[in-house]
Amino acid sequence: MFAQIYEITLMNLRNLTSRLGSSSVIVVGIAGVVAVLVGLLSMAVGFTRALETTSFENRALVLRDGSNSELSSGLDVAAYNIVSRLEGIRVASGELYVIADIPKQETGTPANLVIRGMREAGIEVRPEVSVVAGRMFEPGRSELLAGVKAVAEFEGLELGSKVEFRASSWTVVGHFETGGSAYESEVWVDLPVAQANFRRGGFLSSMRVLLDESVDVAELARRITADPRLDLKLVTEEEFYAGQAEDRAALINTFGYSVGVIMAIGAVFAALNTMYSAVSSRTVEIATLRALGFGALPVVVSVIIEALALALFGGLLGAAVVYLLFDGYTASTLNNASFSQVAFDFAVTPGLLKTGVIWALGLGFLGGLFPAVRAARLPITTALRGE
Amino acid sequence: MSLLGLMWANLFRKRTRTILTLLSITVAFLLYMLLQAVAAAFDSGGVNVVGVDRLITSPKYSIVDSLPVNQKQQILSIDGVVAVTQQQWFGGVYQDPKNFFPKYPVVPREFFSMYPEFRISEQQLAAFERSRTGAVAEQALAEQYGWKIGDVIPIQADIWPKDDGSRLWEFELVGTFVNEEQRSPQLMFQYDYFTEAVAEFGKDQVGWWTVRLDDPARASEVAAAIDATFENSLNPVRTATEDEFARQFAKQLGDIGFIASIIIAAVFFTIILLTGNTMTQALHERIPELAVLKTLGFSDRVVSAMVLGEAVVLCLLGSLAGIGLAYLVRSAIAPVLESFIGAFDFAPLSVIYALGLALLIGLVIGLMPALSARRLTIVDALRER
Repeated sequence: MFAQIYEITLMNLRNLTSRLGSSSVIVVGIAGVVAVLVGLLSMAVGFTRALETTSFENRALVLRDGSNSELSSGLDVAAYNIVSRLEGIRVASGELYVIADIPKQETGTPANLVIRGMREAGIEVRPEVSVVAGRMFEPGRSELLAGVKAVAEFEGLELGSKVEFRASSWTVVGHFETGGSAYESEVWVDLPVAQANFRRGGFLSSMRVLLDESVDVAELARRITADPRLDLKLVTEEEFYAGQAEDRAALINTFGYSVGVIMAIGAVFAALNTMYSAVSSRTVEIATLRALGFGALPVVVSVIIEALALALFGGLLGAAVVYLLFDGYTASTLNNASFSQVAFDFAVTPGLLKTGVIWALGLGFLGGLFPAVRAARLPITTALRGE
Repeated sequence: MSLLGLMWANLFRKRTRTILTLLSITVAFLLYMLLQAVAAAFDSGGVNVVGVDRLITSPKYSIVDSLPVNQKQQILSIDGVVAVTQQQWFGGVYQDPKNFFPKYPVVPREFFSMYPEFRISEQQLAAFERSRTGAVAEQALAEQYGWKIGDVIPIQADIWPKDDGSRLWEFELVGTFVNEEQRSPQLMFQYDYFTEAVAEFGKDQVGWWTVRLDDPARASEVAAAIDATFENSLNPVRTATEDEFARQFAKQLGDIGFIASIIIAAVFFTIILLTGNTMTQALHERIPELAVLKTLGFSDRVVSAMVLGEAVVLCLLGSLAGIGLAYLVRSAIAPVLESFIGAFDFAPLSVIYALGLALLIGLVIGLMPALSARRLTIVDALRER
């Protein structure tokens, strides 16, 4: 029987070329579904990745107890001094986190840009930073170091240009990279200058700390929370960023799968059409085989295999198109947790490509099944007459 | 048999094929309608603009800043302003961070007269005014969490701790409201209680002002006057119509409209290819019949028009079914969706656009088969059989 399946399938696939027109329907239909599905899901993956790569081993945030974002957090210098001297903390950077409305290039409307005030320790706690153009800002001056993603997403952050933030003027002196993480969507300035310009006194928003490798993080966090002089808590960056992407990624995924399912229904109709016409154009051929003694099952299997082959081709085509067009494409959205714009790269991962191909095969199977059954059920005598 | 009848009969000559094609077109238009509505919802910020006479005055540099409450009298005294009321973003968590809904301190009477689309009984509004720690919730939100009148709703503050250092705010539910325009799942409590109990840095601070105009036509003039009033103060402001404000905020999410149009383009590209292919095939099978028609005296023009007509009819039928289906789907998912993205509705023009698109696609698809039907010579065509 396997010999029969092999023979018929090979025969079908060989004369695929004579049915190029109708076969292209199944290919393009499924390519469309896979492209849209994988494209949308790659947004969710990219967004999650941008936030996750922000977290760095042994790095933690210190926030006001009860607050879940740097924006709603706050502490004074006294608290900062206590924490930075605690055992287990290697480097501490006290930072001011402010948001300004700056026009986005894409839409021209104002969007939330993060301005982070820091001293040299800010760079020390972030070893992944590299200044890729210009130089670091100088302490005491209204100078600004912009993340490369912020430069791409917002207007007027080119080297040497002047930016107005909250009634103060800043000169862009450098651009920095942090390996694609959410920091690249921020701009960094000198802490005392920021505090003065934004009328924040000695107020800090949060701290970034590098921990000793030997430290028991849970124990340190407990000690900070329990300290009666402090109303603070310590969270590792890993914990902090893990939850942030969830909601937005879930929303994008739901949207992606909904659109994908609806399109898939349309594509199944298209695949059915193709395979029905493939079967009907071969009525005589199939009947001849049956008359020669080929069984019904090999006929069914051969039709399904043909559909699967076309679907696989469509799936790969769709995945390839999305990969070429969208992998690495940068977009930005509002991160609800930090209430600021986060730029991210669409990430068409092998996992997503696999999902796309599995969908393609599933659709191909559905599209081939009914026509295959019809082919097997053709009454041989009438079919031979070619009606 | 009339020409239309003939077209109809031809269409259903191969019933399975036509129905399957029709269904794919239906699905394409269903998706088109839904994506249009989603894009429109994001574009407008999910706000159905009722208040054309309302402006939003927010902190100039960022919505996360606050404004001093004493700006109220100054705004009221500006020519063209008839009412002003404040809100503040409270944040906070009810039981679990996943239970997200906005919470606002408001001035009860002022809020409900500023927003007439929010309906509450006079009795409950009066109770809200009288109760210091009282709160009102959207009816559906109250049902979702099983709140009854008299229940105490605990909120853990993240932005606004209390003066005494505690972060637990407790509000007593004294009433429920509905928004007649769209779902507004939110909880509101007394501004007076908020400013009295909040830690020092939050006292006498408001997030933004809602301003009512005496004449909507003067919106930009009054907005400019408000902005000018505070231009050189410590707290400069930015004023926009409610609609503009929502749109600008929605744009922060990214260009949803752009993504939607890419998907729509992908869908229609597929449909055109698919249906075009089916039409070519159908025509191919019918070449001898067309030759017979021509032999009987049908002109080239009539025969090609008939073929073109079939394609157009197919697309229009599919689009009508898709539009109808979209309305059904909308009534099913709108209640769920509206709590996420606000108003979810089809623009009146989107049906017309869809039909126009169907007509256009029908013409594009039918063109090639129609031309070849026209060129058909009787002798060659009859030989095919």
